[in-house]
Amino acid sequence: MTIEELQEIGKIEKEKQDGFKHRIHVCVAAGCLSCQSGQVKEALEKEVSRRGQESWTSVKGVGCLGLCTAGPMVAIEPDGILYQGVSVSDASDILEALGGPAVSRLDCSAHMPFFTKQKKIVLENCGKIDPESIEDYIAEGGYEGLYNALRIMTPTGVIEQISKGGLRGRGGAGFPTGLKWTAVSKTKSNIKFVVCNADEGDPGAFMDRSVLESDPHRVLEGMAIAGFAVGANYGFIYVRAEYPLAVKRVRTAIARAERLGVLGRNIFNTTFNFDITVRLGAGAFVCGEETALIASIEGRRGSPRPRPPFPSELGLWGYPTLINNVETFANVPPIIRKGGDWFAATGTDKSKGTKVFALAGRVNNTGLIEAPMGTKLREIVFDIGGGILEGRKFKAVQTGGPSGGCIPEQFLDMSMDYESLAKVGSIMGSGGLIVMDETSCMVDVAKFFIEFCMSESCGKCVPCRVGTVQIYNVLKRITEGKGKPTDIGLLEELCDLVKNTSLCGLGQTAPNPVLSTLNYFMDEYRAHIDDKVCPAGTCHFNHTEESQ
Amino acid sequence: MRYPSFLQRTADRADVQPVRVLTFSINGVTVSAREDETILTVARQNGISIPTLCHLDGLSERGACRLCIVEIKGSPKLSPACVTLPRQDMEIITHSDRVMDYRRKILELLFTERNHVCSVCVSNGHCDLQALTVELGMTHVHYDYLHPQQMVDASHERFSVDHNRCVLCQRCVRVCDEIEGAHTWDVMGRGHLAKVITDLNEPWGESTTCTGCGKCVQVCPTGALSEKGKSVAEMTKKRLFLPYLKLMRGEEER
Repeated sequence: MTIEELQEIGKIEKEKQDGFKHRIHVCVAAGCLSCQSGQVKEALEKEVSRRGQESWTSVKGVGCLGLCTAGPMVAIEPDGILYQGVSVSDASDILEALGGPAVSRLDCSAHMPFFTKQKKIVLENCGKIDPESIEDYIAEGGYEGLYNALRIMTPTGVIEQISKGGLRGRGGAGFPTGLKWTAVSKTKSNIKFVVCNADEGDPGAFMDRSVLESDPHRVLEGMAIAGFAVGANYGFIYVRAEYPLAVKRVRTAIARAERLGVLGRNIFNTTFNFDITVRLGAGAFVCGEETALIASIEGRRGSPRPRPPFPSELGLWGYPTLINNVETFANVPPIIRKGGDWFAATGTDKSKGTKVFALAGRVNNTGLIEAPMGTKLREIVFDIGGGILEGRKFKAVQTGGPSGGCIPEQFLDMSMDYESLAKVGSIMGSGGLIVMDETSCMVDVAKFFIEFCMSESCGKCVPCRVGTVQIYNVLKRITEGKGKPTDIGLLEELCDLVKNTSLCGLGQTAPNPVLSTLNYFMDEYRAHIDDKVCPAGTCHFNHTEESQ
Repeated sequence: MRYPSFLQRTADRADVQPVRVLTFSINGVTVSAREDETILTVARQNGISIPTLCHLDGLSERGACRLCIVEIKGSPKLSPACVTLPRQDMEIITHSDRVMDYRRKILELLFTERNHVCSVCVSNGHCDLQALTVELGMTHVHYDYLHPQQMVDASHERFSVDHNRCVLCQRCVRVCDEIEGAHTWDVMGRGHLAKVITDLNEPWGESTTCTGCGKCVQVCPTGALSEKGKSVAEMTKKRLFLPYLKLMRGEEER
């Protein structure tokens, strides 16, 4: 394929879409599908044909529109009208209102801060394109980045742009992507691999799932560019089997891309070949750790091994392997298309670009958001998130899932970037953001996360396998009102042990929720232990009932 | 062996075996090592004893028990000596207060995990885990015992496995796979629910892959795997076959 052919496909698709006077976009990502958006789409299609409007009204399934709490979401283009909580019976009203003012009972203002405060790079196509149509993706400039990389740039030039853009790994640790790519490209080997880590396992996180469900081609293009840059011809997407829709859409996308020739052999008439295979994970959290992920793809038990040697040297089947997160790859095509300098213009000094967050918990607008690095936590929770449910008082935000920490109210004005988050004892993580209010008991929160790590520990190294059980038991007895005054010291000691002696990242970060709640919410622990009272009222102590 | 180009002429000489040797220090003593030798190997060559549990000469390394962690000057992280390769001028401290404290606590965790009751154990007095408590000066356990319910499988005609004594070091798994080539043993379950199993979690006596060689019993550090007919403190392990095999394989490699 040549660039002219690629642009022609995009042009035809664009003209086809512009031919419709009204375009109805129905969200068909997992969140809205679970509240019957599939039936809504069907009803709208039926209604359109009943009214004989097929020639000037189109109904299209699109990716995540963001405001998952108000699903099913429907958008009317080009009017820019957004409907929330649409049901099957609303179809005729929506069609009736086309061209005129919006149906007021369903209207969801597109001007609310939830939409205006966001900046979309990774999610630029989410809610716009049909995730199962490659033409739609090409119409939005898709695969141009890959063309530029293969036909105009050199592998070193590609890495240079990534480094210049200052892109950092979006999986959690924030390792500079350019540096990782350089490491793999410098290793000498005839066979190399590119792996996309889509084993998103944090409780409450759904960024990677949404990207794969809404815009799968973006990830494929990013992987192909990475393959060209590091000299790899094979790619694997390791995605958890609990994401059946994402798996289906990625598989469809791979098939379509191969048919068009933007994946496979001699891409864009060059000598570059790149194949992508989907591998399903069986739902072990530890398989998100890169060495465990490698073991799992190879067909072995998913347990990590000590590093070094790092996968960039010794990865899949012993070959150099580049492992990046879904969101990292999704950032690559726009960087190549628009240049590293363009990307570096967004964000803070050390954290460039934007970050996708899955906003969850006790906040009004739960959903998928994307904000520039450096956005204040307060803006995310109160402007984009629309504040706390039922006007209750904000207490804390948990970032980074079970590896992260709780950020209390005093840091609401901190900037969301890798360094600032590390400074307050949390991590960026993959982007899960769980908001907690005064009715959340922080000891209970710590117990929840350590229980998660306890059951997800692979059992290989002793500190993580046994230490997490010990920490959990102590927290359990505190929440049952059986805590002893020495338990605080015991918790600190166990956390220090597990953090410093565990083999992989799971164990090394597992104590973080406990440590950060001990740090910022010691009074709650004290209340549980000394006064046998749960300030948030979530823990129930049997013996207090008896004494009453 | 790849060398930078300016050294390639020397490296091309046919009469020398190019093996890179480097020097570093352990506890302030300068030692030398081949670049493919681990810190543990070099330390033991120099008479420095680092406690280990999952490591066994002749089996592959796992870096899992975390008892051999050492401090490397300039690095905040602790590194397992059994899998870490030395670098030139590295400074290693093997017995600082910090690592000794961690080792003791890890050992305590192991004792809380399952039911290690030495006084009624076949391996009492010949047990690696017991020996470690002496070496590390562990006098008592200050964490709560978990007291899990564990099974005993005595279905094999000559051996039995007592999961109460298992420390999940996987020596049995490795010796069966790497030395005997049968791969009868493996691990099922995650975290503290992990357990060594024979075949697909079938009784050992019904295993179709087990050759009955007993290597797993001999390498087991505790009384988890034992020969039948042995009473308390009677089970001594015979592991001489491993250094012998290692020597033979070493000959092959050269």
